[in-house]
Amino acid sequence: MNQDEIIKQGTKVYSRPRLMDDRNMHYCPGCSHGVVHKLVSEVIEELGLEDKTIGIAPVGCAVFAYHYIDVDWVEAAHGRAPAVATAVKRLDPSRMVFTYQGDGDLAAIGTAETIHAANRGENIAMIFINNGIYGMTGGQMAPTTLEGMKTATTPYGRRVDLNGYPLNITPLLAQLPGTCYVTRQSVHTAASVRKCKAAIKKAFQAALDGRGTAVIEVVSTCNSGWKMSPAKANEWMEENMFKAYPLGDLKPLE
Amino acid sequence: MAKVIGTVVVDRERCKGCDLCVVACPCDVLSLAAKDVNDRGYHYAMMVNPEACIGCAACATVCPDACIEVYRLTQK
Amino acid sequence: MNEEVRLMKGNEAIAHAAIRYGVDGYFGYPITPQSEVLETLEAEMPWETTGMVVLQAESEVSSINMVYGGASTGAAVMTSSSSPGISLMQEGISYIAAAELPALIVNVMRGGPGLGTIHPSQSDYFQATKGGGHGDYHLIVLAPATVQEMADFVGLGFDLAFKYRTPAMILADGIVGQMMEKVVLPPARPRRTPEEVAKQCPWAVTGKKGRGHRNVATSLELDSAIMEKNNERFQRTYDEIKRNEVRYKTYYTDDCDYLIVAFGSVARICLKSIEEARKQGIKIGLVRPITLWPFPYDEIAEIASHVKGILVVELNAGQMIEDVRLAVSHSLPVHHFGRMGGIVPNPLEVLNAFKQKFGL
Repeated sequence: MNQDEIIKQGTKVYSRPRLMDDRNMHYCPGCSHGVVHKLVSEVIEELGLEDKTIGIAPVGCAVFAYHYIDVDWVEAAHGRAPAVATAVKRLDPSRMVFTYQGDGDLAAIGTAETIHAANRGENIAMIFINNGIYGMTGGQMAPTTLEGMKTATTPYGRRVDLNGYPLNITPLLAQLPGTCYVTRQSVHTAASVRKCKAAIKKAFQAALDGRGTAVIEVVSTCNSGWKMSPAKANEWMEENMFKAYPLGDLKPLE
Repeated sequence: MAKVIGTVVVDRERCKGCDLCVVACPCDVLSLAAKDVNDRGYHYAMMVNPEACIGCAACATVCPDACIEVYRLTQK
Repeated sequence: MNEEVRLMKGNEAIAHAAIRYGVDGYFGYPITPQSEVLETLEAEMPWETTGMVVLQAESEVSSINMVYGGASTGAAVMTSSSSPGISLMQEGISYIAAAELPALIVNVMRGGPGLGTIHPSQSDYFQATKGGGHGDYHLIVLAPATVQEMADFVGLGFDLAFKYRTPAMILADGIVGQMMEKVVLPPARPRRTPEEVAKQCPWAVTGKKGRGHRNVATSLELDSAIMEKNNERFQRTYDEIKRNEVRYKTYYTDDCDYLIVAFGSVARICLKSIEEARKQGIKIGLVRPITLWPFPYDEIAEIASHVKGILVVELNAGQMIEDVRLAVSHSLPVHHFGRMGGIVPNPLEVLNAFKQKFGL
């Protein structure tokens, strides 16, 4: 049976999410952002939240998230997405409000906003892309950069005596009574993508229902910043990133 | 016994040739075009072993650019 | 709530006026000498009556970004702080201006630089009127001299901010923030409904419901050709504001030989100096700019055309004097008298300084 016949007689089991714009994304080939963008689009559509979702975009590679997912957006200053989200949600709690932030945004410049929004139990979801590097500015050290990891600003590898330790922020957030759900996922295999989608769905529903702050860390690759092929970056992530940032629920949704 | 067959359609112009679909495919259906490139210069993904496709959608699921459609058919 | 006559501090008047105006949200962080704004709002609990959101943020940085988020949704949102806190907010204010969002920021100035002093000052004039944060932008800057104006400028500030889709600032000083005076509070009006917001602010980020297309609040544009057009649009808005919104008050300017220019509570001190001077036969007039941006250049130039000299009195080392000099193009002597560090001059001190500067 040839391809045309399968297409004609079969069922379409996977297609581009309806809420994703037609335009090509600016991300590098193999970038995890694209996969997470797909999941966000699918979840919003499946939960029927297209008309009441407001995304808060960060500064970092995902600064143009608002170009790709067809919901309302606010583009926040670097690190301030949780503060922006706080006001957007409080002014109308019927909205589903989520932030989409990288490690520099959420865990370096925006640490205060992240922790305090979570500690207040703002009814928002935070998607946290942790790839251990500053992608947009050209691969500098991030708070989550691993010890020994080479970046543009740690050209001989991160040294804890000079640069401090990698900041494992998600367990800190899990400790706060304001968070209702804290989980760490990845999107490097088909199975992990499906699990991550389920986590995002749970988080968005929890935020909508006013249960507190839901945090989904996605341990991700930045193959350009890491200077590896996308496939090699996935392997490196499994071997190195997952040791420092093990996957799983840090605080299950009750 | 029912047999599941599938096929994929790659949006060649959207594909950035990242190779993640090729790695994700459990049946070695896909490969990057060896010589051909799209308008943006990427060696796009294509089916090189279409008969082996089971329509599992692993390729599309991991595709960061959402450029793969998957079809599945159960043959009785 | 009907119109009401009360005795209260300027900071308290701002809080009461905000509730009565139908403000949707206030986000702030304590700092002397303006903490009564947040304290009064928390005590009044407007979320129980009008539904207004009041939140003490973790920092001024967070406060202003909450304002940015709230303003993106078309809500009438505000913050207040004092000089060091306003410095922290500058990035956010620049974003609000660049995203063309309405908001109200209150600065009850204290002395600087640095941590400076908690006592009154007017040393943030440059910061407020010349931009403050990065990029080519302006705030509409209102300078209240009375507790009544503290209350009135909340409504005026929001009206202008929404009219031009640009942030407005009330630039008060510690004196007008802390002193108690009689104030007539306006009757309360209801907050706008979501339908009214959607009609007034078709750009608002409220979720796509009923719209079909998405709205985005952003200040980012990497295409230089578009970004230049955006900047040109901002400048057209500023030109329109300059044409329409200059506000000032004059006192004794019909027959004056000299002029004092002062803003905020200092103008009230100068008015006393002028009354004393007139008893001594010296005819001084006063111009009190109410909008520090847009500045009343032409109006001051007009009055200056028939005087011998101008004294600019400020609680700083000489900031507004630069605009006064621009207004009169060095056509006559323009002197400055200022006190700093939180010291407020008395009327006789101003008069003596005036006489000394002009050799009278």
